[in-house]
Amino acid sequence: MLNLRLYLVQRMSAMIMAPLVLGHIVVMIYANRGGLSTGEILGRTQGSVFWATYYGVFVAVVSLHAAIGLRVILAETTGLKGPALGVFTWGFCLATLLLGGHAVWAVVAP
Amino acid sequence: MRSVPKHLEVSIWRGDSAGGYFEDFQVPAQKNQTILDVVSWIQQNEDATLSYRYACRVGMCGSCAMMVNGVPRWTCRTHVNKAMKGNRLEVAPLRNMPVIKDLATDMDVFFDKWVKAEGVHHPSKTREDVIEPITGDNIERAKANAGIECINCAVCYAACDTVRGNPNYLGPAALQRAWTVYNDVKDAGKRAVLAAVSGRDGCHNCHTQGSCTLYCPNDLDPMGAIAGLKRATIAAAFKKEVG
Amino acid sequence: MIQPHRKHPLWFAHILHRLSGLALALFVPVHFFVLSKAVTNPAALDGFLHWAESPLVKLAEFGLVFLLAVHIFGGLRLLALEFLPWSGPRKTLAAGAVAAGFLISVTFLLRAI
Repeated sequence: MLNLRLYLVQRMSAMIMAPLVLGHIVVMIYANRGGLSTGEILGRTQGSVFWATYYGVFVAVVSLHAAIGLRVILAETTGLKGPALGVFTWGFCLATLLLGGHAVWAVVAP
Repeated sequence: MRSVPKHLEVSIWRGDSAGGYFEDFQVPAQKNQTILDVVSWIQQNEDATLSYRYACRVGMCGSCAMMVNGVPRWTCRTHVNKAMKGNRLEVAPLRNMPVIKDLATDMDVFFDKWVKAEGVHHPSKTREDVIEPITGDNIERAKANAGIECINCAVCYAACDTVRGNPNYLGPAALQRAWTVYNDVKDAGKRAVLAAVSGRDGCHNCHTQGSCTLYCPNDLDPMGAIAGLKRATIAAAFKKEVG
Repeated sequence: MIQPHRKHPLWFAHILHRLSGLALALFVPVHFFVLSKAVTNPAALDGFLHWAESPLVKLAEFGLVFLLAVHIFGGLRLLALEFLPWSGPRKTLAAGAVAAGFLISVTFLLRAI
């Protein structure tokens, strides 16, 4: 469930993500033509400070946004609350953050 | 002209908080009759033990709301033709509240939440002070005006699926009252209101599903009032007044 | 069965936002995991990308892009409803969000095939 703080994090993360996701959609449509390969992806991203920042920010913010969103769905559909709900929220957030951080490192590390 | 059927097929929910069932009745059709007329006819002619609640019969008191064919309505001002599916009516107690008996629900929780949301007057003057005139062109007054026609019928509360998912959520009616009190120039409890609606079960849980605004019989906009509270609490949070 | 009181545009917009959000939240960690293979195991990522060329997977990708687009435009709609001093349900806005979602995902599909 959402108090003022969680609500603020959810809406602010949404506002930060909005332009990043729109940009990501444009890149997907542009890059996907004729199929993707590892070489193509890495050629664009490796050593690029811009893409590292772009996707780094995205990973940080999407981890929060997805974790809080799932928290609400879980609370409202299963009735889960108390410490268990907090453990789930921040556990999911941390796991996504680590996986995302690893992924960004994998594609931008020179 | 649509031909008027002789009888309406009416299913009425019977039971209490432990459970219940739908009982079928045939009710003589009239050219003009409300849902409340139908329920009253059954209670007066078929089964005197049928329990339901009403008082004013003119849409003022807010006590006769029920689920009619799955939708919450004020039954005294709802014409049968407006709610009927074919020739059938299904009348049940309001959602999201415990049933006392048959069509009468226990509205205690609903009213308790008005107080929990600080939807009460916080005096800023004493009886010794002169009455402060508030003119119609006052912006706060206009915002408060938008919500004051609420008759506490709980139609919005019964329609709200956020209440369904979290029974402690304050709900559209109490939050709209809080927004009205917040905009009352003569109210001294603005911070208390914002703090009361910012908790775990407060206005930030609203998912903007809009069922409250859609079904409000007085055409009020609780969803818009809740959005107002969201904006006000955020502004207060950035000023470190709440949160 | 959808309950009668839920059959209106804003509730449908809500459920679409919730289901797309749920799907995306579950997809994102998987997406990150696959991408991290780029360095640890490039052959596996290429194998995956090759597999992703099959028509069925292309269709699933179209679904994902649709979910993403409809979630972002639905989210922008919510931000507008909450933060702009508007009133009323603004049903056109909900319809517009879904339309924009379709437009973008179909563009993606047409480019991808």
